[in-house]
Amino acid sequence: MKENNRFKNSLIMLIVTIAVLFVLNRVLDDYKLRILNLCGIYITLGLSMNLINGFTGLFSLGHAGFMAIGAYTVAILTMPVHMKEMNFFMKPIVPFLANIEWSFFPALMMGGILAGLFGFLIGAPVLRLTDDYLAIATLGFAEIIRVVFTNTQSITNGALGLKGIPASTNVWWSWGVAIITVLFMVFLMEGSYGKAFNAIREDEIAAQSMGINLFTHKVMSFTFGSFLAGIGGGLLAALLGTIDPNMFRIVLTFNILLIVVLGGLGSIKGSVVSAILVTIAMEALRFLDESINLGFVELKGIAGMRMVVFSLILMGVVIFRREGLLKEN
Amino acid sequence: MLKIENMTMRFGGVVAANKFNADIEKGQIVGLIGPNGAGKTTIFNVITGVYRPTEGKIIFNPSKLQQDITRLRPDEIAKLGICRTFQNIRLFKELSVLDNVFIGNHLRIESNIFSSVLKLPKYRKEEKKMLDKSLYLLDKVGLKDEIDSKAHSLPYGMQRRLEIARALATEPQLLLLDEPAAGMNPQETRELMDFIREIKDEFDLTIFLIEHHMEVVMGICEEILVLDHGSLIAQGDPETIQTDSKVIEAYLGVE
Amino acid sequence: MGNQGLLQHLANGISLGSLYALIAIGYTMVYGILRLINFAHGDIFMLGIYITYYGVLFTSIPWWIVFIFASVFTGLIGLLLEKVAYRPLRESPRITILISAIGASFFLQNFGIVVFGGRPKAFPIPNVFNRVVKLGGVSISMITFVIPLVTLLLLLGLTYFITKTKTGMAMRALSKDYETASLMGIDINRIISITFFIGSFLAAVGGIMWGIRYPQLMPLMGVMPGLKCFIAAVIGGIGNITGAVLGGFILGLGEIMLVALLPKLTGYRDAFAFILLIVILLIKPTGLMGEKITEKV
Repeated sequence: MKENNRFKNSLIMLIVTIAVLFVLNRVLDDYKLRILNLCGIYITLGLSMNLINGFTGLFSLGHAGFMAIGAYTVAILTMPVHMKEMNFFMKPIVPFLANIEWSFFPALMMGGILAGLFGFLIGAPVLRLTDDYLAIATLGFAEIIRVVFTNTQSITNGALGLKGIPASTNVWWSWGVAIITVLFMVFLMEGSYGKAFNAIREDEIAAQSMGINLFTHKVMSFTFGSFLAGIGGGLLAALLGTIDPNMFRIVLTFNILLIVVLGGLGSIKGSVVSAILVTIAMEALRFLDESINLGFVELKGIAGMRMVVFSLILMGVVIFRREGLLKEN
Repeated sequence: MLKIENMTMRFGGVVAANKFNADIEKGQIVGLIGPNGAGKTTIFNVITGVYRPTEGKIIFNPSKLQQDITRLRPDEIAKLGICRTFQNIRLFKELSVLDNVFIGNHLRIESNIFSSVLKLPKYRKEEKKMLDKSLYLLDKVGLKDEIDSKAHSLPYGMQRRLEIARALATEPQLLLLDEPAAGMNPQETRELMDFIREIKDEFDLTIFLIEHHMEVVMGICEEILVLDHGSLIAQGDPETIQTDSKVIEAYLGVE
Repeated sequence: MGNQGLLQHLANGISLGSLYALIAIGYTMVYGILRLINFAHGDIFMLGIYITYYGVLFTSIPWWIVFIFASVFTGLIGLLLEKVAYRPLRESPRITILISAIGASFFLQNFGIVVFGGRPKAFPIPNVFNRVVKLGGVSISMITFVIPLVTLLLLLGLTYFITKTKTGMAMRALSKDYETASLMGIDINRIISITFFIGSFLAAVGGIMWGIRYPQLMPLMGVMPGLKCFIAAVIGGIGNITGAVLGGFILGLGEIMLVALLPKLTGYRDAFAFILLIVILLIKPTGLMGEKITEKV
């Protein structure tokens, strides 16, 4: 009975979401549509980080790196051959990548898989570390990826970045993936494996004494998280059309961490709401950084002000309301 | 069931267990007693793989098969059939009472993570079984009405029972209880003693327990090991132990 | 590469290593007591440089007095940072306090952008440091000598402080066994404040010399040195001051030598520290001089 009710409610939610998206997709202008897309992508990204940091209690700061892998994979695989020639004018692209042109879906999956594979490979050594060492090691890996992407000119075009990535991401892609991710997270966390992740977060020693293999479970969580981060990165690349290594600095990880912490560590609903709020707020507070002309008076924006506000919010939340802004009770 | 051979555990210069020997037979309730700081919990930690002993061997032989578990990880040891509770209660605090026990079942799961996410029939069947078992165990320990409460919201005595239920969910053959009666009043203590005997019979367990309540130890243990400063100083049935001069000395601190 | 070239690189490596060591000490001292990566430490370093910059340019106070005041002032900022961002969370889970540290770091960076402006500024170098010294046919700038010398003096002072003074001993007791030390009547808050002061003071001194060496100032300039110096502290064995110094030198010399010996890999210079970190963590997670900590069950 309870099960049935829940199914009905979820279905209604889903239909309403799709209907709202359908309407928004019609009425919004390009700029606002872009923000709507970003909301969807950040839902996926927020959940992917929440899986690792919130549900499993691992403190990973490697998200920007996984996103970079996804983004570059999608960019390189989907970019038309002539576009590649235009991009790689400094140093030609390696031959085996020069003539391929995949469609979006397989490229996106490949982005996720490569990011997940990378997460799996680095997970093996670093997940043996405890919280703060793990944080710095994952941060380190993300930086290594960025440095490598800056230097492997014949694959990534180096610091010049890639321009003219086919704009495949639309509302259906970004939100479709977001909805699937939400469902994935709900089902995962209801199941035995998700609960084992929670147990690890609560008390590693007790979890291990109850027969949970810490290492394999952490690797699973980390791999899934990095897969989803790769997918998010790929969607982002196909939304923006332009990427370069500097996009994937620590500040990107910080933005996602902000979403996760505001929504509450370990809360799916929280991450979804907070992804939407933070994305919109980031845009809405742009005026803090840029000057706006109100006709009669020009308000001077100050560069950096927006992030000052956001970092204060982040600290305020962890100091005064640790369970996140959006969690009930 | 369990053999500990010449086990020594050193932390830096401190010797927490010194050439400790024990042989626990199947179906027994064995007590481990000794003054505070005698190294009792250290022995549990070594058996369950939380610490690796500096020297010596731990042999687990529930059947004729002998297995050296000295170098195994805690989760591997739990899978073989040794589970424990903790002196200072280590529940999954923020999770529900039901989830705590449910997680105890996880080590025996056969479905992989994908069939769990996709809720494939095989997983559903397993989950149903795990859930039924958890509810049965919670009923057994008298927590059936609290299944949705968070573990840390339970009173102390209930938390101890929940820990036992969680340990039972792993289907152990050897159950280690670290001060199960700590903080309980005489009434609760008596109930606990009955409860321990009951689960021993029902689940065909061997029980090894650390306890300070002499009433419990003398009441239910068939064999008692006495530890002082990391060394075994006496061993035998309750009557022998109660009259042993070394034991009295260790407890009273005779100069 | 001839002997002279090698000597030049060695000198550069030692001076960079000294700077890393000075900043790494702050990480290691804080970690030793609070088990916290003070992510904002690199940004405190940045603040130290900017404070000095404004002090030298906009006051008529002699530069060396500005240097001292700026370092002390930065030390006080570090102390304040602990009070605001970390103290309220001392009993909270580690992940919470780490998030606060990251928040503090981003706050300081963006505060820097807002107040100092995002555009690079040139550090006003006092003329003394621009002199070039010739040594065995190699010309080495004055600052390359000054850096290791100042570092050495500060290290001697610090060693004296933590081994001979009461406060220093309390600090060591606290990092050895937090719980027992707090029961022994040590005023923990005071000791932690002093720790943050010293760490930030040393970071500022390192920052000023960094500014003279690499005179381009930017609000985000603390990020990379900050991360690298944390890595230096981990390599040496976090919590151990000698280890932090050792780690700083290994990293500084390693980076310079990598670029000198394998110029092709120059682009990977920033990745070097992280690769070294991961290698160390895999081989000896407690670092070269760290002790193993077992959790009590």
